[in-house]
Amino acid sequence: MVNRVRIKDHWAEQRIFTLRSIVAGVLVVALLLTVAGRLFYLQVLRYDYYAELSQGNRVRTEPVPPSRGLILDRHGVVLAENRPAFQLELVREQVGDMQAVDAALGELVAIGLLRREEVAGIRRTVQLHKVYESVPIKLQLDDDEMALFAVHRWKFTGVDIHARLARYYPLREIAVHAIGYVSAINDEDLKNIDSTEYAGTSLIGKVGVEGAYEAQLHGKPGFREILVNAAGRPVDKQGNYAPQLSSRAPVAGTDLVLGLDIRVQKIAEEALAGKRGAVVAMDPRSGDVIAMASTPAFDPNDFVRGLSVEHYNALQNDIDKPLLNRALRGAYPPGSTVKPLYALGAQVYGVMTPEQTEFCPGFFQLRGSSNKYRDDKHHGTLNMRQAIAESCDVYFYKVAEKMGISRMDEFMKAFGYGSLTGIDIPGEKAGLYASPEWKKRNFKHAADQVWFPGETISMGIGQGPITVTPLQQVHFAAEIAERGRTVAIPRLVTATRAAGSDVVTPREATFLPPVNLGTPAQWSVIYDGMIGATTMPGATAYQAMHGAKYAVAGKTGTAQVFTIKQTENTRAKITDERRRDHAWFIAYAPAEDPKIAVAVLVENGGFGGATAAPIARKVLDAYLLPEDTP
Amino acid sequence: MNFGEFTQSRTRRTLSAGGRVLRLLGLDGLLTGLLALIVCLGVLVVYSASGQNLKMVEHHLINIAIAVATMIALARLATPQNLRLFAPVAYAIGVGLLVVVAVTGHIGKGAQRWLDIGFMRFQPSEIMKLAVPMICAWYMHERPLPPTFKDLIVMALLIAVPTAMIVVQPDLGTALLIAASGLIVMLLAGMSFLIIVISIPLLAGAAWAGWHVIHEYQRQRILTFLNPENDPLGAGYHIIQSQIAIGSGGVFGKGYMNGSQAQLEFLPERSTDFIFAVIGEEFGLLGQLLLLTLYGIVIARALYLAMQGQDTFARLTGGAIALSFFVYAFVNSGMVSGILPVVGVPLPLISYGGTSMVTLLAGFGILMALHSHRRLIGS
Repeated sequence: MVNRVRIKDHWAEQRIFTLRSIVAGVLVVALLLTVAGRLFYLQVLRYDYYAELSQGNRVRTEPVPPSRGLILDRHGVVLAENRPAFQLELVREQVGDMQAVDAALGELVAIGLLRREEVAGIRRTVQLHKVYESVPIKLQLDDDEMALFAVHRWKFTGVDIHARLARYYPLREIAVHAIGYVSAINDEDLKNIDSTEYAGTSLIGKVGVEGAYEAQLHGKPGFREILVNAAGRPVDKQGNYAPQLSSRAPVAGTDLVLGLDIRVQKIAEEALAGKRGAVVAMDPRSGDVIAMASTPAFDPNDFVRGLSVEHYNALQNDIDKPLLNRALRGAYPPGSTVKPLYALGAQVYGVMTPEQTEFCPGFFQLRGSSNKYRDDKHHGTLNMRQAIAESCDVYFYKVAEKMGISRMDEFMKAFGYGSLTGIDIPGEKAGLYASPEWKKRNFKHAADQVWFPGETISMGIGQGPITVTPLQQVHFAAEIAERGRTVAIPRLVTATRAAGSDVVTPREATFLPPVNLGTPAQWSVIYDGMIGATTMPGATAYQAMHGAKYAVAGKTGTAQVFTIKQTENTRAKITDERRRDHAWFIAYAPAEDPKIAVAVLVENGGFGGATAAPIARKVLDAYLLPEDTP
Repeated sequence: MNFGEFTQSRTRRTLSAGGRVLRLLGLDGLLTGLLALIVCLGVLVVYSASGQNLKMVEHHLINIAIAVATMIALARLATPQNLRLFAPVAYAIGVGLLVVVAVTGHIGKGAQRWLDIGFMRFQPSEIMKLAVPMICAWYMHERPLPPTFKDLIVMALLIAVPTAMIVVQPDLGTALLIAASGLIVMLLAGMSFLIIVISIPLLAGAAWAGWHVIHEYQRQRILTFLNPENDPLGAGYHIIQSQIAIGSGGVFGKGYMNGSQAQLEFLPERSTDFIFAVIGEEFGLLGQLLLLTLYGIVIARALYLAMQGQDTFARLTGGAIALSFFVYAFVNSGMVSGILPVVGVPLPLISYGGTSMVTLLAGFGILMALHSHRRLIGS
């Protein structure tokens, strides 16, 4: 190989370098233009896209929950209000992933702020929440819990205490069955609500007025845009940067004015204290419910706070059923309280005249039957007025026998037996007024479908396949008071008031068509009988109503307890006390110009005149007499 | 003496006081002015990007002072001759320090690349950014251009040794920059374009091999670069937030200290590697184009000075410094705007951080020394 000696040619080398430098220079310009092109693409062609992303990065829309409407009684006494309460909330994005959430919840259990059984539910709520939404994990912290969290606060990111408005019921268990309560929104509620309307809200009305008027009470949430940094923490501004943030104030819920007179309500509940029963009082002219009591009751504030499983089970399994609204949902045989309407029916159908007398030997027998239908005493000879006042069963066995079940059915249903009253809170039961057709519809076996003549007889004194609720009873009492001319649908909410305003807007009362049955003369027989029941010495309600400063038309009832459901839980507690009859009393007053109708039920109260009527007397006194009357 | 020459020429030219100082210090007026302009812009941007952190700005200014002092010292004191003689020494020291770092180096940001020398910490790999092109230029200085195949092999080895050591640190970004600086010398020396064409399949093979050598996080970066939306909260977060910052800046920007992406910390590493996005967000397309233009003029001026070098070493070193500066600017702006993968390369002369600032200005100091002292050659 020839080893060529290469010598350095300075000019040639300089040319190489210069040429290469120029090539490099061209390349530099080309690549810088590439970057410039990319920047043009990002900043000009896709500006809108990135501007929006940047806006979404830094501005978070936070819901501002509305303040829930207040609930007031007819005199403006606050029954449900909102109080600031401290609650523990968690923001998932600040805590980290679900593992971090589990760790945080575990830590809260460890320090004693949460119960282990609550964790699964909270976890589910956390998973369902919207991005950066603050999820309440423990409501209404007390001072001790606040202090406990403060000590351990350093262990948590994304978990903090927030002040929110929480529902508060200052009168606690008073009128709880009418007002209802709010409690934490559950999965079931989520299916029925627009979750955007409930952003930032953790409580929802469940039963009573709170449940029925949820839409009005809730209001409309507002929103507030807040500036956040990359960690999701709200900041006032960063650097020079303080953008215009928009917000919309929430619209508070509407205040509701109830027809309840809380003074009457309290007296009704005091009178029922220690008993299982219900009192419903209503203005027969408008349907405004003046009192609705059901005992035993419970403190709705516990539900706002969130009940422990044990606490809830205890309420649920309590043999006295405190959660049951007996006024709406307790269906009992009406007993003798049905008699005034049967007396009217007997006249309307012409099967009895008021002056026609019947002899009561203390029992009744159907022709061709040896079965004796007993009366509680030997009443002797009575006309219709006396039969009502003294509540003679034999007389009404005869009425039933003469009317027959189909006319009884037709007549009583015209007054609303077996129908809902249509009150403005949910959960009402319709009771039962059985008939041969009803039996055919509701029983499968031919043997069960047979209508026995004895059933007609029983129903004549409000026993057998006939049940009513205390609410229906007050409705019937009101119909009798108005003689069928006015049939007002019961209602709790009588007026509304826009939040923060003084202007109360009354709601129009609603009415069913009048019941055009009975002539004034026929009605006056009923009236006389019911007045007699409270005024004739020896009549059923004479003792209870003696000395009243107004005239009371009333009727007692004593409903037999046929069967008691026996379950594992209740068997041991079943005592003779629970086999006693249910006591009823229905009345209206002042009899000549009715302003209030009332129905009282006392479970296993025994004789209606002795147990239920005195309670009604207290309610009537409270409503009709000036407050300072002794 | 340069000084003597200067005094002689005084009668021929009318120089302003500033011009006299520049001549005295061996600085090129245009280049120095451009660098000063970029550095000053950098200070303003760092103040905004750091979230108005005066402590960081103060630190940044100290770094600039050190870097400027280094640049002036080199421009004034270095000559083509002593630089050429020093090149192998610098290279040897650099490789030695890389070995030291590999053995004892501090763990900084999960990578062994820092060396603590008492009053400061620095990265030996930074030395190699200058030492590698200088050693290649030194090697070619005695040899005729264009380089023979053997020359190319030798230079490739000189480049490969430190590069490989930096890759395993692991610092892929710096390693690529150093390899690029060496490769630039080879290209400027006249390496046949044919070799470049042939080496493309070889590079592809090397890339395949490299894929299996590099760290998982580096692989992730490349994958994320290819499709950042795949992992918006993880590996893709940087590049997505950076593009949002730039894109939302629009033509005119959101205004100084008004960039929400930067100010609210959505943009990660906002005052270091991703500061270019802050410029895009707050000063818009115009701000970024201005900066790219300034970079372009700096590169053009630096190449022009390099072309005037009077020997191979001066020309190749100068050219490599000029083009390396371009590579830094291109790689950073490319990665921040999403056309290159995210490799940890700071934006030259702007990003917060002392090492890169010192290295870059030292490079320009050398470039200007090679130019201002050129008349001594052969005299």
